[in-house]
Amino acid sequence: MADTYDVVVIGGGPGGYNCAIRAGQLGLKVACIDKRGVFGGTCLNVGCIPSKALLHASELYEEAGEHFPKMGIEVKGLSVNLKGLMAHKDKAVSELTKGIEFLFKKNKVEGIVGEGKIVAPGTISVTTKDGTREITAKNIVIATGSDVAPLKGVTIDEKQIVSSTGALTLPEIPKRLLVVGAGVIGLELGSVWRRLGSEVTVIEFLDRICPGLDLETGKQFQRILTKQGMSFKLSAKVTGVTKKGKALSVTVEPAAGGTAETLEADVILVAIGRRPYTDNLGLDEAGVKRDERGRVVTDHHYATNVKGIYAIGDVREGPMLAHKAEDEGVAAAEILAGRAGHVNYDAIPSVIYTYPEVATVGKTEEELKAAGVEYKVGKFPFTANARAKSNLTTDGFVKILADAKTDRVLGAHMVGPDVGNMIGEVVLAMEFSGSSEDIARTCHAHPTLSETIRQAAMGVEGWTMQM
Amino acid sequence: MSIEIKVPVMGESVTEATVGRWLKKKGDAVTQDEPLVELETDKVAVEVPAPASGILEDISAEAGATVKVGAVLGAVKEGAAGAAAAKPAAKAETPKPAAKAEAKPEAKPVAKSEVPPPPPSVKRIAEEQKLDTATIDGSGKHGQVTKGDALAALEARKKEKPVAVASSGTRAKSDREERVPMTRLRKTIALRLKESQDIAAQLTTFNEVDMSKVMALRSSTKDAFEKKHGVKLGFMGFFVKACIAALKEIPSVNAEIDGDDIVYKNYYDIGVAVSTERGLVVPVVRDADAISIAGIESAIGDFGGRARESKLKLEELLGGTFTISNGGVFGSLMSTPILNMPQSGILGMHKIQNRPVAVGDKIEIRPMMYLALSYDHRLVDGREAVTFLVRVKENIEDPQRLLLDL
Repeated sequence: MADTYDVVVIGGGPGGYNCAIRAGQLGLKVACIDKRGVFGGTCLNVGCIPSKALLHASELYEEAGEHFPKMGIEVKGLSVNLKGLMAHKDKAVSELTKGIEFLFKKNKVEGIVGEGKIVAPGTISVTTKDGTREITAKNIVIATGSDVAPLKGVTIDEKQIVSSTGALTLPEIPKRLLVVGAGVIGLELGSVWRRLGSEVTVIEFLDRICPGLDLETGKQFQRILTKQGMSFKLSAKVTGVTKKGKALSVTVEPAAGGTAETLEADVILVAIGRRPYTDNLGLDEAGVKRDERGRVVTDHHYATNVKGIYAIGDVREGPMLAHKAEDEGVAAAEILAGRAGHVNYDAIPSVIYTYPEVATVGKTEEELKAAGVEYKVGKFPFTANARAKSNLTTDGFVKILADAKTDRVLGAHMVGPDVGNMIGEVVLAMEFSGSSEDIARTCHAHPTLSETIRQAAMGVEGWTMQM
Repeated sequence: MSIEIKVPVMGESVTEATVGRWLKKKGDAVTQDEPLVELETDKVAVEVPAPASGILEDISAEAGATVKVGAVLGAVKEGAAGAAAAKPAAKAETPKPAAKAEAKPEAKPVAKSEVPPPPPSVKRIAEEQKLDTATIDGSGKHGQVTKGDALAALEARKKEKPVAVASSGTRAKSDREERVPMTRLRKTIALRLKESQDIAAQLTTFNEVDMSKVMALRSSTKDAFEKKHGVKLGFMGFFVKACIAALKEIPSVNAEIDGDDIVYKNYYDIGVAVSTERGLVVPVVRDADAISIAGIESAIGDFGGRARESKLKLEELLGGTFTISNGGVFGSLMSTPILNMPQSGILGMHKIQNRPVAVGDKIEIRPMMYLALSYDHRLVDGREAVTFLVRVKENIEDPQRLLLDL
C-alpha cells in the first residue's frame, strides 16, 4: 500500500483545489481526486468561467450595436459567429484548467483523475482508467460541490431542455428561450442569449426575482432587465413540457394554483437551483450525517460527525459560491495543519454578472428589520456619477447600510456597471469593522465609478455632496 | 537645521508620560546630551537629553502635558552652539514658520505600536473630542479601534463627567485647602495598591526578632567592612539573605499566580522599597542569592541615592519576586505592608527598640524588631507563611546559620 496522505480532498473545484494547494503550501502530504477528467469543478468547466466568457463577449456585442452609434462610432456588418464565440469560451476554460495542474505541481499536490469513494474513515477507493485501488488518509475533505437541481415533471436532455451546462453550448441561437428560475444562473445565461438575439422569458415561482437579494435592489434590477427586453412571469410554475414538432410547449400555472396557460419555446433552461452532490461517495456507509436538504453537516471547523472527515463548499451549508468554497477550503487546510483557519461569513460578497451587474455583501434591509437592528441608509445613483455619465452606463445605484449607533457598515447592495469589482472595497471595509465614515473619508480617484460608493457612504450620515 | 526633541522609548509597557520641568528655557544654548526636560512616567522619571548642540528653539509640550512615546517635545536648532556670537543668527531664524509647521503634526499622539492606527472616522473623533484612542480597547482586527469603539468611549466619558462635576460642586471652594493634580507616579501607586488589595487574599503574620547578634556582628566588623567594600554595613543585606534562605525553603512565597497556573521562581530578585519625595519606588536587586552581602548593600545604597535624584532606570524597577519594605527608618513599630503584585509575599521591617524580654528565666533588655509578612493566602498557606517568618527570625537572631546554610 502507498504512503498515507495527511489530507485527501475529494473534488477538484474551487473549494477542493484551493484546499489542496493550501495544504501543500503548509507542508501536508495531499492528494486531490476529481472524476471530471480536468480539475476546476463546476466553476471552471461549466459554471462561472465559461458563462463569464459568454457574458463578456455578448455584452461587447450588444454595446457595439446599441451604444457605439450613440458615441459616434459607426459599425457595419456586426454579427455573431457562434462557433467562434464558443471557441473563445473553450479556450478560456482550457487555459485555466491547465493553470490548476501547474499550481498543483508547484505546491506538491498530487492530482488524481478518478472517482473517489470513502470506504471507511481514513480509507478511500479511487477508480481511475487503470482500475480501482485504495489509498489511506489521516483526513478526508469532501469538496464534491453541487449539481443542477431537477425540476419535477421535466427531463433535462441538454439539447432542447437544458441545464446551465447545456445552455453554455447551444449549437444555435434559440429564437425563444424560456428560463425557469429567476436566480443568478437563469438571469446571467438568459442575458447571454437575449443579447445574441433570443426572445427570453423568465418564469419564477416566487413573486420576485433573485430571492434573498435586498428588495429594493432586486426591484431596480428587474426594472432594468425588463427595459432590456427580458420578460418575467413571477409567481408562476412550470408543470409540464411537451415536444411539439421542433418546438416545445410549456404548461405554466400560477404558483398559488389556477388556470394554466401554454407557452411556446425553442429551448428551455432549467435553473431553479443546485443541490449538494454526494452521489456514490460512500457517506451513508461511513455514517456521515446530512441534513434534510442533503447537505453534509459540519461544525464550524468543517468537521463532520465522523472523525477525520471534513466538508467544505457547496456540499455543506451556506451560499453556493465559488469564493465561499475557496475560503472554506483554505480555512480547512489551515485547521488541518494546526493553524487558525477562519471564514467571516458576514463579509462574503455575491455578484450577478449581468449588465448592469448586481453586487451585494452583508445584510439586506429586510434582514436588518427582521433582526430589529437600527440602521441608516446611504444611497447614490450612477446617473449622478461623472464617469458613468460619460460612459453611458447610468443604470443602477449603490446603497450602503450602517448601524445607526456605531456607524459600522452592515451591508452594501449595488446595481450598476462593474459593481462586481467595486464591491471589494466595501468587503474590505467590513472585514476591518469599518464605518460608513471610514469609506467616506477614504480618497477615491476621480473620475471613477467607485466614487458612487463614497457618495453613498457619505449619505449614511447625510453628507452626500454630489447630489 | 532644527532637530526635534522626541519622547524616548522608556520601556515595553510605557506608552506615555507627563512632561515635568523644563530645565532650559526657549532660546537657551544647549550642548548635546545635556538634560533638557524631565518626563514622569508610571514607573520612573527620566530626563530627555538634547539631541544636538545648539539653541533650544521651540518648546511644544509644556509642563503638565501628557505625551506619547515618539511625540515631539520641542526642537533644538543645531550648530548655533552656546556661544554668544551665535545668538543673533539664531534669533534671525527663529521666526521661520516652516520649522514649526513641520514639527506640529508629529506632536499628535502616536498610537500604540502593536495596534494598527485608527481608521479615518476615529481619527476625526479623537481630534474633535480630544479623545485618547490609545486608552480604548479596540474591537477591530488586531485590536484596532473602530468608530463604534470610539463612540462608546465618548459615551462612557459623558457618563463619567457629570458625576465628577457634581462631587466637586458639592464642596465649597476654600482657601483653606489646596487642590493639586495627582502626579503620574502617585496615580500609579494608588492604582497598583488598590489592585493588589482587590485581587490577592492578603493577610499578615507577625513575629519579633532579637537583633543583638546581628548588631554585635555589625559593630565589630563595620569599619573593616566599609574599608574593604566602600559601603556601610547595614541590616538590609542580612535581611535579604535571611529572606532568600527562607524563600528557598518555602517556595510558594517566591511564586505568583498566572491565570490558572502557579509560577514558582527559582531565582531571587528582591525588591527593596525606597521612599522618595515623589513617592515609593521599588528597585530590584537581581539574583540576590548569588551576590554577597557587600554586593547587596552597595546595590541598595546606589538605588537609594539614584531614586532620590529620580535617576533610576525603568528596567531596574520591573520584575522582582519578593519585596522587603522597611518602615522602621521612619519609626514604625508595626505595620501590614501591601503586596507588590503579582508577588505573593512582602516582608515589613520595623524600628529596633530596646524592650524587656524574657531570656531563659530572666528579664533582659534586648534590641527588638517586629517583623510582618503580608502574603497572598490564595497560594501561600498559613503554615508556610508562619514558617517563613520564623525562619527569617532565626536567621537574623543567629546569623551564622546563613553562613552555614542551615
